[in-house]
Amino acid sequence: MSSRFPDVVRRSSRVAVIGLALIAGTTVGCERARAATKLSELRVCSDPNNLPFSNQQQQGFENKIAQLVAHDLNSRLSYTWWAQHRGFVRNSLNANQCDLLIGVPASFERTINTIPYYRSTYVFVTRHDKHLNIRSFDDPALRRLTIGVQMIGDDFTNTPPAHALTQRHMIQNVRGYSVYGDYRRPNPPARIIDAVANGDIDVAVAWGPLAGYFAQKEPVALDITPVSPQIDLPFLPFVFDISMGVRRGDTALRERLNTVIARRKGDIDRILEQYGVPRVDASQESATP
Amino acid sequence: MMARKALAVRSSARKSNLILLAMLGGAFACSKQKAPDEVAQQGPSPAMTPMAGRSNGGAIANETEDGQWVRPAKNYASTRFSGLGQITADNVKNLGLAWTFSLGVLRGQEAAPLVVNNTMYVVTPFPNILYALDLTKPGAPMKWEYRPGPIAAAQGVACCDVVNRGPSYADGKIVYNTLDDQTVAVDANSGKELWRTKVGEINLGESMTMAPLIVKNKVIVGNSGGEFGIRGWLTALDLGSGKIAWRAYHTGPDSAVLIGSRFKPFYAADRKPDLGKNTWPGDTWKIGGAGVWGWISYDPELNLIYYGTANPGPWNPEQRPGDNKWSSTIFARDPETGEAVWAYQMSPHDMHDYDGVNENILLDLPLNGKTRKVLVHPDRNGYIYTIDRTTGEVISADPFGYINTSTGVDLSTGRIKYTEEKEPQMGKVIRNACPASPGAKDWQPSAFSPATGLLYIPHQNLCQDVESVEANYIAGTPFVGMNVKMTPGPGGNRGFFDAWDPVARKLVWRINEKFPVWSGALATAGNVVFYGTMDGWFKAVDARSGKLLWQFKTGSGIIGQPVSYRGPDGKQYVAILSGVGGWSGAIVAGGIDPRDSSAALGFVNAMTDLPGATTKGGMLYVFALP
Repeated sequence: MSSRFPDVVRRSSRVAVIGLALIAGTTVGCERARAATKLSELRVCSDPNNLPFSNQQQQGFENKIAQLVAHDLNSRLSYTWWAQHRGFVRNSLNANQCDLLIGVPASFERTINTIPYYRSTYVFVTRHDKHLNIRSFDDPALRRLTIGVQMIGDDFTNTPPAHALTQRHMIQNVRGYSVYGDYRRPNPPARIIDAVANGDIDVAVAWGPLAGYFAQKEPVALDITPVSPQIDLPFLPFVFDISMGVRRGDTALRERLNTVIARRKGDIDRILEQYGVPRVDASQESATP
Repeated sequence: MMARKALAVRSSARKSNLILLAMLGGAFACSKQKAPDEVAQQGPSPAMTPMAGRSNGGAIANETEDGQWVRPAKNYASTRFSGLGQITADNVKNLGLAWTFSLGVLRGQEAAPLVVNNTMYVVTPFPNILYALDLTKPGAPMKWEYRPGPIAAAQGVACCDVVNRGPSYADGKIVYNTLDDQTVAVDANSGKELWRTKVGEINLGESMTMAPLIVKNKVIVGNSGGEFGIRGWLTALDLGSGKIAWRAYHTGPDSAVLIGSRFKPFYAADRKPDLGKNTWPGDTWKIGGAGVWGWISYDPELNLIYYGTANPGPWNPEQRPGDNKWSSTIFARDPETGEAVWAYQMSPHDMHDYDGVNENILLDLPLNGKTRKVLVHPDRNGYIYTIDRTTGEVISADPFGYINTSTGVDLSTGRIKYTEEKEPQMGKVIRNACPASPGAKDWQPSAFSPATGLLYIPHQNLCQDVESVEANYIAGTPFVGMNVKMTPGPGGNRGFFDAWDPVARKLVWRINEKFPVWSGALATAGNVVFYGTMDGWFKAVDARSGKLLWQFKTGSGIIGQPVSYRGPDGKQYVAILSGVGGWSGAIVAGGIDPRDSSAALGFVNAMTDLPGATTKGGMLYVFALP
């Protein structure tokens, strides 16, 4: 519990800071001038091999959203391709290779972020023909199943499902799939979904957009079920708001993007729908602290 | 700025000097005919001479001082001790710049230049260019350059800057590793590529940064990438053809680890079968990390190589209950077959990123009235281990930095005693865990002087706070990352340069440095010890007192390895690469925003003033007396 309260405090103070920045942005003359001028080029950094988010053929939903934004701003869209491994932000946005990352968690600290444009959740992925109906980390059936999770390799931490299972002493029956995977193969993070389809594991706990998209591509029917709880105690969220991220200090661009997101919300939703991105309705927000 | 503590253990240090020198006498006797300026003639005391006759060898004695620098650590015992004694504590104040060479690459320069047959060989960070410089001509012009052309994507799997720790020489070949997992052999005369062998796969998160060691006709190399879900290995290639001779994994069943009938670990708990598999839950060992990106030593008499493995990964500790063997472990292996002879795990079930890859210095030390063949290993976890290199028995394990993540090492079982309240856990905030993840000491290699009997240890003084929770961003998968923030350890200065007496097991003197001392050390027969600082000072200190004798401000921070050699003109030279970077210097080399306090795995928080102290660089500096 101890970490929960400081976090809430931190969040609310950040909201205040962002609010101030927005006000500052509209009042400072030079910021205003830039916001008013045409943005000739929308420079995006993206992973060349990471569907459903992006790839070099621009087949991902982040690519489609980038096109939408560029079109709305009447800008030319350009890409710098860089695998989203450690050092991605440093080598891309912060190396001034681009000005925009299409998808970052709304609370991501290394960029300044727009208003969220979708909220998704980690999901259980199972084969439909197994009729497992797993809905919660507390389902006793999980103990008898082989469960796949994704590995980050940040020395201390991993994806939230890995921690939720550990907290429930499920260790021996958990299999790890490196989120980096084998980068020679297309869309390396998708291996965890393949593993459910081919029976290597019974259940995968994966980030919704990844699971929703690849489940559609597998030769067998897969069930996708949002995990429960949405927030595990002491503070382990499974539901994340996703925003666009820009370089710190680039409030003018963020402001313009906020306007585009608000104006084109319906179009963005349609793109997410096409890619099978599981979304958590904002009306369920009462479940979050 | 440089507080200095002279500790009162001088007398015991002196006593051990005698014995150590005696053992090394054989080596120096050989060098006598060759060079007039070497230690044998300038020996600190005539009292040494009679004892020299009693020398019974030892690893160091097998290599004579020839004025060259052909291996990363100078010799197989990894002492980084030059027997050249022209530059002395008395005259080093006159040391001046002889010539320089720009490497054309502005990333962290961690390599040791080699000197072979009046040619100097230098390897750059990615793109791993090899330069040959002609020492016989004024200004040491370039003879040739060799560009292996590693693929650019390799930079994406390097955890901590795109460094290279240097080449090795044997049999007319310069051999080194590229960041994209190739071992290359280049003709030392012509610069022509003789062979290249792909030994790893960047697409699986593997990269290579370590310097190979060449033993007999085997080139021995290992992989990096514990953060990326690799399975660590050590591999031997045939020096002539580049063909892979053997590969030993560090996780998995005994057959893969090359544990067989010759494996006799000292501690009973290590003698069970398949520990590389059974000390991990499920099949987590398959991506369990434990690469080799540090140093390899070799004892020709025992015919064993010694090296340490990296931390376990990529699972968080709660998810890999068990010892996670053979991560953070020292192995003794037969270089010809790869067979393991013993193993000792410094940090079972590592929770703090305490790799075991630091250098192993092979010494024959008088301990409790007996000469013991030992390896001395200053570990990331903060203890300096003295281990019997024939058996793997831990003779002693003493703190050489501030430690609160453990309370000591139980010598009856060999097990470290962890402090429970400093163990990272999801949802738990840990303040002031010391040492921080880079350890009390990282890769930066120590030097040992047989003339003083002291080990010179460059290291850091950092602690860290580990707290949840911010969503992070990798490959489109949001996850809740721990926020690691490193801070200076007790006393506030972030670096130390220590002289340690391995016989008395005591600190003899210490130099406090503002920044972590991320450069290697060089000890010389002239009783001068060299090291560099991250703000660019190259320093010479008195080997006995630690007194600063000379310093030179280079263009960028120093994280390289100083070497010393005899030029064709008969003069003693000292060389160092300048160019800040590495894990500690990523804030400058990688151009990281100082406000990203958890960047570079939290190291940036402790280094926010580095960009004000230095800028990127890539320059070789060579010094000599006038």
